[in-house]
Amino acid sequence: MSETLYERLKQDVRFEEGLNACINCGICTANCPAARFYDYDPRMIVVTVQTLKEEEIEGLLKGDTIWYCGECLSCKTRCPRENTPGYIVQALRSLSIDTGYYKYSKKGRQQIKVKRTVGDNILKHGYCMYLDEITLEEHPEQGPVWDWYRNNAHSVLKRLGANYKGNGAGTMRDISQNDLDELRQIFVETGAEERFEKMEEYDHERK
Amino acid sequence: MTMKENNKTRIVWREYQKEIADNNYYYARSCIRQNFFPGSEEAFIKIVRDVLGRDIFDDPHQTTCSGIAYHCGVLPFDTTMTVIARQFALMYEAGYQNFIPSCVTSFGIYTEMVETWEHFPDIFKKAKKLLKASTGRDFEMPQNLVHTSDIIYKFKDEIAAKSKLKLTHKDTGKPLKVVEHIGCHYAKIFPHHGVGGAEFPQVLAGMVKTWGGEVIDYPERRHCCGFGFRNYVIKEDRSYPLSNTKLKFESMESYKPDFIVTNCPGCTYFLDRWQYVIAETEGKTYGENGYGIPVLTYEEMAGLVLGYDPWDLGMQLHQVSVEPLLDKLGISYNPAEKYLGHNGESIGEPRKPEILKV
Repeated sequence: MSETLYERLKQDVRFEEGLNACINCGICTANCPAARFYDYDPRMIVVTVQTLKEEEIEGLLKGDTIWYCGECLSCKTRCPRENTPGYIVQALRSLSIDTGYYKYSKKGRQQIKVKRTVGDNILKHGYCMYLDEITLEEHPEQGPVWDWYRNNAHSVLKRLGANYKGNGAGTMRDISQNDLDELRQIFVETGAEERFEKMEEYDHERK
Repeated sequence: MTMKENNKTRIVWREYQKEIADNNYYYARSCIRQNFFPGSEEAFIKIVRDVLGRDIFDDPHQTTCSGIAYHCGVLPFDTTMTVIARQFALMYEAGYQNFIPSCVTSFGIYTEMVETWEHFPDIFKKAKKLLKASTGRDFEMPQNLVHTSDIIYKFKDEIAAKSKLKLTHKDTGKPLKVVEHIGCHYAKIFPHHGVGGAEFPQVLAGMVKTWGGEVIDYPERRHCCGFGFRNYVIKEDRSYPLSNTKLKFESMESYKPDFIVTNCPGCTYFLDRWQYVIAETEGKTYGENGYGIPVLTYEEMAGLVLGYDPWDLGMQLHQVSVEPLLDKLGISYNPAEKYLGHNGESIGEPRKPEILKV
């Protein structure tokens, strides 16, 4: 008999650490920045996984709800039972991608955009985010100072003592190809590369 | 620990003790800060080396910790764990044991991995195996793991002794009113790893008070800046960080802060940039006379106290002008030098926002 979704969640250390029999008090929801502005209730996520019901957990994995969390982990500080709904969400998100259930929700499908920005930046530049990739069109909140900075990056960064696109140490240095190769090998060894390939394949199929 | 008691109420103030190494630091750089506040990344090294006389190593082989991708929900736990293990391997190979990340997200993740390995020895073994298989490297956990703001906190008295000014108004001599904002992942995940814990974090408040300022206590003081990771990265969801940061501005406004200081690169960015967005979209500004409230990193605050030039600190890269604060502090600066490039190169100026005064 194949493993249940709950059994698979239990294999994630964050789920193990995050769930210690919730008493349903709702402090996590009262304190949650996502609950302040979204129709989102971390308490109900914990209540749902505690039912152990396969179809209920599948519903979470296929829905938008688990993608609302901002992972600030304010819930960890406040829970009187030392639960961490944020950790449970992390485990649910991971399982949603691994099972392919993320494809069923709008928010889940948005994850390809994350993969193509911060995910790909890591392997391309060795940084999660990188000046050259952050345009004013995609990030209008950066304001006109960002435009000026990007257009004059070499001169501005040199004035500030940085080593932009230089070899060796320093702020904004180029990460060497050997170091980038090690990152890629880590991605291969730990399943990130396979996960990224699957996400791209699905997105191409969808189009 | 200090305790104040009286007959009617019993107030316990716990000052969490935290071991902060005295010297020989392995500096783990922040992606956000290198890109958005590069002057602060450099100022930290300068303060540690030149002012405090400590040894700090800046390793060219280090990379991102991968934390933003991890908290956006696209990277497996094992991937980030192994990237972290590689950073620790590099530290030991360079001959260091005291690891100091400048990013609060990174600090949370490094701490999360160490805590996981300490509680689950099998996962520690797995991390070793994965790192060996992918890079051939071996690693151990650091002897001391603290955030870079902890280092400045530790030496706040030494910095005060060498300071050129206090955080007071040049005309009245009164302490400036300061909003201190602590990044969530500094102490909310593992309160015992933050100075003062999650409830009464002292890391920034300690600096502000030691250097002559006054800390404002306002209702949403401990609310998240709103980064929300994927909620910011995905453009359609960016109302999440904007709304949460606005909540904080509305809450602090009545207290009339002279400036905001944060210990998290993301928080500095959001508290600065969303003021620009709110001004341009709603016509609302939170500072005096149409300006915003200046938002500083703790190195910028320390740098000003030590007499550094604001433009050498990179404060021209803020969208909210810092000049109202410089004027209150009585700092002399040359406006004509603000937007110069390297060696005084003339590279033009940013376009002025329509509403927000700069």
